[in-house]
Amino acid sequence: MATLELRNVNKTYGSGLPDTLKDIQLSIKDGEFLILVGPSGCGKSTLMNCIAGLEHISGGAILIDDQDVSGMSPKDRDIAMVFQSYALYPTMSVRENIEFGLKIRKMPQAAIDEEVARVAKLLQIEHLLARKPAQLSGGQQQRVAMGRALARRPKIYLFDEPLSNLDAKLRVEMRTEMKLMHQRLKTTTVYVTHDQIEAMTLGDKVAVMKDGIIQQFGTPQQIYNDPANQFVASFIGSPPMNFIPARLARQEGRLLALLDSGQARCELPLGLASDDLDGREIILGIRPEQIALGAGEGNGLPGIRADVQVTEPTGPDLLVFVTLNQTKVCCRLAPDVACRVGDSLNLQFDPARVLLFDAASGERLDVSTANASVKDNVTHFKSR
Amino acid sequence: MHSPADKPALSLGRLAIHAVLLLAVVLYLVPLVVMLLTSFKTPEDISTGNLLSWPTVVSGIGWVKAWGTVSGYFWNSILITVPAVLISTAIGALNGYVLSMWRFRGSQLFFGLLLFGCFLPFQTVLLPASFTLGKLGLASTTGGLVLVHVVYGLAFTTLFFRNFYVSIPDALVKAARLDGAGFFTIFRRIILPMSTPIIMVCLIWQFTQIWNDFLFGVVFSSGDSQPITVALNNLVNTSTGAKEYNVDMAAAMIAGLPTLLVYVVAGKYFVRGLTAGAVKG
Repeated sequence: MATLELRNVNKTYGSGLPDTLKDIQLSIKDGEFLILVGPSGCGKSTLMNCIAGLEHISGGAILIDDQDVSGMSPKDRDIAMVFQSYALYPTMSVRENIEFGLKIRKMPQAAIDEEVARVAKLLQIEHLLARKPAQLSGGQQQRVAMGRALARRPKIYLFDEPLSNLDAKLRVEMRTEMKLMHQRLKTTTVYVTHDQIEAMTLGDKVAVMKDGIIQQFGTPQQIYNDPANQFVASFIGSPPMNFIPARLARQEGRLLALLDSGQARCELPLGLASDDLDGREIILGIRPEQIALGAGEGNGLPGIRADVQVTEPTGPDLLVFVTLNQTKVCCRLAPDVACRVGDSLNLQFDPARVLLFDAASGERLDVSTANASVKDNVTHFKSR
Repeated sequence: MHSPADKPALSLGRLAIHAVLLLAVVLYLVPLVVMLLTSFKTPEDISTGNLLSWPTVVSGIGWVKAWGTVSGYFWNSILITVPAVLISTAIGALNGYVLSMWRFRGSQLFFGLLLFGCFLPFQTVLLPASFTLGKLGLASTTGGLVLVHVVYGLAFTTLFFRNFYVSIPDALVKAARLDGAGFFTIFRRIILPMSTPIIMVCLIWQFTQIWNDFLFGVVFSSGDSQPITVALNNLVNTSTGAKEYNVDMAAAMIAGLPTLLVYVVAGKYFVRGLTAGAVKG
């Protein structure tokens, strides 16, 4: 049970080399579940190793319960970690694996036995205690690795892509179990993943990273609904957000984005904004589920007719691809929509939910729309 | 459709393969058979019969005489080989552990330089080693030979262990560090128990090298401290009296037996250990 705070953490592997971590700043409260998410090579695993003490930081401070642990060795930080490869000790039985850390810490044997029994019951691995890791399936090894971390009752759990070695079905099962486990134990947790679904489903807080910089830090809903830049918007969400290049025009003081499907045109009103956006190349961000099938012209939302090029029925949804402004756009429609390739559909957008990004930098552009209140307490980190 | 259990047909090709293999076996076994047969013959028998003839009287006199001559040197060899093998293997394991899992600045260079030791010809170290042993007061002692063999063997043992340990995931050491284990605890409790195959490879390699060594033995020892290889040479190359081939052969068998024994006992680990790094899991 602990809070975790990172203050301007920097990490470099030598002068002249690019920084692996740049000015990482975030804090989570006691019992919160923090997700570090990003593409491979973004520094998320390095950051986790730094929190664990397996690597030294080059600058800044790491605080656990307001105590600076930056200079401490891993064993003094009271942290347990689950590795992607599980890192079970191959020559030891499951019981010995779980006991190892307790024995090193000189816990009396009676207490160790009690702890092993508790953890084994919690993870339902009682029948596996005598086996060696090589005799376990991937899912069982994963449980043992978690058991080893749980047995120590540390202040903070670190999970380094713990589900990525499991097959798809088991991964979904274990994801739910992890969430259940965290709801029961309420231990502060840091979880590294490159899987945006894990990030959305598990986290209380999500930090999206790229090139050693936190792009955005907030709740999953903030990250999803109000991304700080085009990278965050593209990384979170499946199927990903559509990015449609467009030119802005001003008409009677209101900003308009022009859309062209080849057979029709439409003007998307974007609200009031400062003058310097006039005539600029921007990118519209529209999530597939924010594109709806227009029944008629009755509801007042802007719409456009477009030809269906590909359909992908996924079961719960029907993904329909059309072309707008020479860009492939995915629309997530109800599965019972009857449409075939070549059909012309009337698609509608809610202008209030369309996001604007600068075409050059990918930064989010602020447009004072009617629902500007969505953007409340999000922390935006500008990339340098 | 053939199931794998089906017996293959006895074809001409298969017969040819077996014939060639049989020939190879005979070819390799003939020297051993000649040695064994000769060692059990009497000197008269040797001078009258041919090399492959069965002894007219099976006599142990050659073995008794041979043992009487070389037994002292046999123990010398054991006194040199056993400590040298154990010490060089132990240090090699520790070196390999550090060079693969606790890398320090310049450790790659260090390892590269150490590898040169594998390519150094024996002859180049004779004079410096002799000088060093003299300064240390270890000249012509079994202790001195142990030291020379340990130092010379370190390059090989370090290479073996380092290459074995780089295939072990770093996460194991990280996990153990988070569990609170230190440098030596991790080595003793986690790494060493995983090392059986490579320890076996190292023991066999070092045992064979050191037991069979002649050059270091002949240069750095004299008189009663000589290893059995040198003693065997002295026995066989003696120019006085009649040649006792049965004694020579028996002594050669005695000199070769320990390495044979090591291969028989630990041979299965040798192949397993040499291929251990190649296959994951």
